[in-house]
Amino acid sequence: MSDKKTGKGIVDRIWDVFSSIKLAVVVFSLISLTSIVGTVLEQQADPEKNTQLLVKMFGIGHDPAHSVLGVLESLGFTDMYHSWWFMALLFIFAANLVICSIDRLPRILKAVNEPVKPLSPEQFKVMTLKREVVLKERLDSAKGTMEAALQKAGFKAGVSQEDGSLQLYAEKGRYSRLGVYVTHLSILLILIGAVVGLFLGYNGSLNLLEGTSSPVAYMGKGIEVPLGFEIRCDDFDVSYYDNSDTPKSYRSWLTVLDNGREVMKKEIEVNTPLKYKGITFYQSSYGYSPNQDSLFRFTVTANDGKKQDTQLKFGQAFEIPGTKVTAKVLDFSPALSMDQSGKLFTYAEMMNNPAVFLEFAEEGKHKYNQWILKRYPETWRVQDGMVEFKDLWGAQYTGLQVRKDPGVWIVYLGCIIMGIGLYAAFFMSHARIWVRLREEKSSTRVDIAASSNKNKLAFEQKIEKLVKSVMSPKS
Amino acid sequence: MDSSQFFGISSIAYILAMVVYIAYLVFRNSMVGVTATVITAIGFLSQTAAFIIRWKEFYDMSQMGLLRSIPLTNLYESLIFFIWCLILGYLIIEWKYKNRSFGAFITPIAGMALAFIDISGMDKSIHPLVPALQSNWLLAHVTMSFIAYATFAISFATAIMYLAVSTKDKKSGAYLFWTVSLGIFAAVLIAMGIDFLAFKVAVKSPEAFIKSYLFKASFRSDSGFIAAFSYFATAAFVFLIWRYGHGLKKLITSFSISEDMLDDLTYKSIAIGFPIFTLGGLIFGAIWADQAWGKYWTWDPKETWSLITWFVYAFYLHARFLRGWRGNKIAMVAVLGFVCTIFTYLGVNLLLSGLHSYGGQ
Repeated sequence: MSDKKTGKGIVDRIWDVFSSIKLAVVVFSLISLTSIVGTVLEQQADPEKNTQLLVKMFGIGHDPAHSVLGVLESLGFTDMYHSWWFMALLFIFAANLVICSIDRLPRILKAVNEPVKPLSPEQFKVMTLKREVVLKERLDSAKGTMEAALQKAGFKAGVSQEDGSLQLYAEKGRYSRLGVYVTHLSILLILIGAVVGLFLGYNGSLNLLEGTSSPVAYMGKGIEVPLGFEIRCDDFDVSYYDNSDTPKSYRSWLTVLDNGREVMKKEIEVNTPLKYKGITFYQSSYGYSPNQDSLFRFTVTANDGKKQDTQLKFGQAFEIPGTKVTAKVLDFSPALSMDQSGKLFTYAEMMNNPAVFLEFAEEGKHKYNQWILKRYPETWRVQDGMVEFKDLWGAQYTGLQVRKDPGVWIVYLGCIIMGIGLYAAFFMSHARIWVRLREEKSSTRVDIAASSNKNKLAFEQKIEKLVKSVMSPKS
Repeated sequence: MDSSQFFGISSIAYILAMVVYIAYLVFRNSMVGVTATVITAIGFLSQTAAFIIRWKEFYDMSQMGLLRSIPLTNLYESLIFFIWCLILGYLIIEWKYKNRSFGAFITPIAGMALAFIDISGMDKSIHPLVPALQSNWLLAHVTMSFIAYATFAISFATAIMYLAVSTKDKKSGAYLFWTVSLGIFAAVLIAMGIDFLAFKVAVKSPEAFIKSYLFKASFRSDSGFIAAFSYFATAAFVFLIWRYGHGLKKLITSFSISEDMLDDLTYKSIAIGFPIFTLGGLIFGAIWADQAWGKYWTWDPKETWSLITWFVYAFYLHARFLRGWRGNKIAMVAVLGFVCTIFTYLGVNLLLSGLHSYGGQ
C-alpha cells in the first residue's frame, strides 16, 4: 500500500486509502476524541443537567452555556453514540479493517500454505540463529539422536537426502500467523452482531406489581412493544445480609402465559434472567407501592402447636387456631426502626424492614398490642403463640429489563473467536528449524539453523537447550 | 496467624530484598544475588499465603461460594493484589532475562506500598457483595483487569526508564514528555498517599473512595490555600525532575540496564497485558453486563475509556509491527497508554461521573 504508482484508477485510490494504516490511526483518534466528549456530556440526558455541567466546567454563565449546548446538540453530541456520524466512523473503521486484512491476506495465506522446505546451502548461510555441534557417532545414529531431540522439543522432522549429507527440517505453529486476521475478523463479527441487535432487537422495561401480568413491555418514552405472550409476577423479595441493610439478593418469581396457559415458571435474580421465545427478562430494579388490595401473610401457631396460614387486608383480623384470640392489623411500616429515645419511626421508603402492628383481643376484649418484624423471628412470639409475618404481598413491584437481541449470539461468537485469535497472535509463534548432518571421519558434524517470527529470545533459549541435550548425554 | 501478619512479613521481606539487591549491584557477587531473589520469593509466598487466608476468611463469612469470595472488593485489597501482580511480574522478568537489576527498583516500591497500606488504617472487616456483583464473570473480569493493569504499569515504568536513558537534550520533546509524565504521576501517587493517611479510607470501595475522598487532602481540599499549595508543589516537583532528570539516567545505566532491554520489556509487557485486557477487561466485562442488565455495551464513561485505552495499545502494537516504530516514539505511546489506563481506573469516577452527580444537584 505504500507504493506510489502513478496513473491509478479511482477504485484503486479509494482502496489504497482504506487499506492504509494512516486511515486506521485517524479513525482511532476520531472515535477516541469524540468519545471523550461523549463521556463528559451526559448522554440522552435532561438538557438542564448538561447546561449545569458546562457552567461548572468552564465557569461561564447559564445562558452562554445553554447556547453552547445547543450547538453541541445540533451536532449530535448529546446522543452521539447513536448519531449518524459516529455510526459512519464505526463503519469506516470496519471497512478499514476488512480492506487492510484483504490487502495483506494473500501474502500471509501463501506463507501459511507453504510447508517448510529444506534449505539450500546459501539460505543456510544467511540464517541469523545458527548452532554447530559435533557428535561422536556415525551419521545414522546421529540422525536418530537429532530426530529424538527434535521430537522432544515438539518438532516432527522431515528428511531430505543430499549428496553425502542429510537434512532434517521441521516447523510448528504455522497457522498462528493467521492469529492477527482471526482477531480482526472477530472485531467485525462483534460489530455485525451489534448492528443486527440494533435493527432487529429492542431494549425495554416493565414494572410488574406482585400478582399482575402484562402482554407488553415499554420502550423509551412509553412506547408499547407487544411481547407475543404474557408475563406475570407472582412474588418479589429482597433478602438482606444478617442485621444489615446490605441487600443479598433481589428475587422475582415469574410465570410466562402463552395463549392463557402457564408454560414456564422461573425464579430470577440479578445475573440469572428468564428467557422465553427470544425475549430475556432481567431483574433490574424494584419498588414499593402499597394499595388497598395488598395482603398480609402470616403463619400462625397456637401454644398447643396448631398451625395455620392466613392472609388478610389492612384493618382485618385473624384468629389464633384453636383459641378465641383474634389479631387485627392496625398499622404497617415498610422499614421500622427505633431512635435513641425509643420512639419508633420509618427510616426508608422501601420494604427494608417490614413490620406490622397487631392488636390482640379475646372475645372482643382488648388484650395487648405488638409489633411483628418480618426479618426478626424473636419478635414473632406473642403471649398466645407464634405469629410469623411472612410478607406483605401485592405491595412491591419488580422492575424488569426486557430485551430482544437476535445479534447477541454473533457478538458472543465474535468474543470466542477473538479469544482464539489473540491467543494465536500473542502467545503462539511460527517456529522453523533445519538440521544439516554431515559425516566427517567417524563423527558427525551437525549444523542447526532456526527461526521464529515472534518471541525470539525465548526461542533462542529453547534451541540452546536442544543443543545441550544432544551434546551431554553421551559424554 | 492471620492475613495481616503475613502481609507484614512480606513488606519486611521486600524492603530487606531491596537492600540485598543494591548490595548485589555493588559487589556483583552471585551468592548475594541469589539471596536477594530468595528473600523476594519468600515475601511473595508470604503475600500469597496472606491472600489465600483472607480469601478463606471472606468465604467463611460471606456465604457466597468460594469463587465469588475472592478478596478484591475494596481499594485496600485491590492495591495488595496489584502489588502481588507486580512482584510476580518482576520475578518472571528476573527469571527470563537472568537480570536482577530491576529488583532494586521494584522491591522498595512493593515493600513501602504494603507497609504504607498497613499503617494507613487497614481494617479487617469484610463487606459482603451486593447482588449485581455476585457473578463469576465479574470475578474473572476484575482479576484479569488487575493483572493487565500491572503489566501496563510495568510497561510504563520501563518506557519511562527507556526515555530517561535515551534522551540527552533537556529541551527535546521526549525529555520534556517523560519528566512531566513522571512528575505528575509521582505527584498523584503522593497525593493519594496523603488521602489515605488523612482519612484512613483504604477499606472503602474504589468508587466510594474516589468520589468522596480522592485528592480531598490536597488538590480538592476545602481549604483554598492547601489546594493552591498542592498545585504549586506539583509544579515545583515536576521542575525538579526536569532539572535533575539526568540523575535517573546515571542510576539506570549504573545498574547495567540497557536501552534494548527496556524497549523489549515494554513491548513484552504490553504484548502480555493487551490480550488479557481485551479478554478480561473488555469482553468479560461486557458478558457480565449482559448477564446482569441485558446490555453488553452501553457507552458509559468507564466502558468508553477502556475502549480508548485499548485503542492506544492497539496502536502501539500496530505501529511497532507494521511501521517498525522503535525508540522514543513508541515509548511515548506506551506512557500515553498507561495514562489512559489510570484515567480509566481513577479519572472516570473522579471527573466524569463525579461531575454528573454534582451537576444534578
